[in-house]
Amino acid sequence: MPQQRSLTFQRVVEVGRVVMVNYGADAGKLAVIVDIIDHNRALIEGPTTGISRQAYAFKRLTLTPLVVKIPRAAGAKALKAAIEKQDVAGSWAKTAWAKKIAARSKRASNSDFDRFKLAKFKRVRREIVDKAVKATKA
Amino acid sequence: MVHKPRNSLLTVGVSKYSRTQVFAKRALYKRKPAGKLAVCPAAANKTVEVKGAKNGSTRVVAVSKAPRFYAAEDVAVPKKNRKHAGVAKLRSTIVPGTVLILLAGRYRGKRVVFLKQLESGLLLVSGPFKVNGVPLKRVNQAYVIATSTKVDIDCAKLDAQLNDAYFARPKSAKKAATEEAFFEGEKKKEPLAENKVALQKATDKVILEAITKVEHLRQYLAARFTLTKGQAPHALKF
Repeated sequence: MPQQRSLTFQRVVEVGRVVMVNYGADAGKLAVIVDIIDHNRALIEGPTTGISRQAYAFKRLTLTPLVVKIPRAAGAKALKAAIEKQDVAGSWAKTAWAKKIAARSKRASNSDFDRFKLAKFKRVRREIVDKAVKATKA
Repeated sequence: MVHKPRNSLLTVGVSKYSRTQVFAKRALYKRKPAGKLAVCPAAANKTVEVKGAKNGSTRVVAVSKAPRFYAAEDVAVPKKNRKHAGVAKLRSTIVPGTVLILLAGRYRGKRVVFLKQLESGLLLVSGPFKVNGVPLKRVNQAYVIATSTKVDIDCAKLDAQLNDAYFARPKSAKKAATEEAFFEGEKKKEPLAENKVALQKATDKVILEAITKVEHLRQYLAARFTLTKGQAPHALKF
């Protein structure tokens, strides 16, 4: 029932669901649900991001739109192979979410000079846009 | 009789008054160094001729007489303070050519170029004067934000006469205040010495050459630094 699903939740907790850890030292890293322990916790592992296999509470995880095809309780080796084969990192980088994070970190790493140049370029853009808008109104 | 100690112990190891309080109470600094024992000059004796037939002809006597009076108690010697202020260590983020943001004084918010650290530990900076009006001046690095932007200048070209003495105020004889001088109004400012103007120009020439090579750098130095809404200086990268 794909139609019904689109009306409710788009992302569900399932084996193979790529999640982002949102708490602790591993915050911001991606992992994959390997097994579901109970209503509150799942077994996750992120072999490519450096998260060891461990139980994690769902409230510390955020579901991403990506899913890796793996059997339940797949081993570390099989999981890693599946992640690399299905290019999770590549398709993650294409998501708007990942782009937003990248943009935010880039903005934060701007130096004082970079911020000055940014303001300058923004002014240039604004002038062009304002001129064009004014031309359409006239 | 020895009086009771002024500084009694509150508990073992904790005295009622601190060292400075005791120092103030004793006020030894007011007293003249009373019983300063004359340091005996290396027991120089001399032989003196003595009159009188029964006294022998000569006698060995000390050159200077030992004092009759000795201080009954030991004379306190004030503690010597071996501490002295050192030269400030230059922050690792500040190297010649670094663009600094001044935080205090009339030039606060101005972006300037760091040239070198002087012997006093102060930083020698220049606007350059033509770009943002900041002359060659000394600043304390505590009142400065170092940015990661560097101007590629060769500091070997700096004039050797740029040192702390160069910035010292010329001593002018103070005139007694007269009525005429008081009502004369504001005095005319003396123009800057010609050699100082020339040195400013010569120094800035080297900096300006480097600045023009980088796009937008000149405008960047001319602009004042400000914080805008939502910016927290501790969280910013400079």
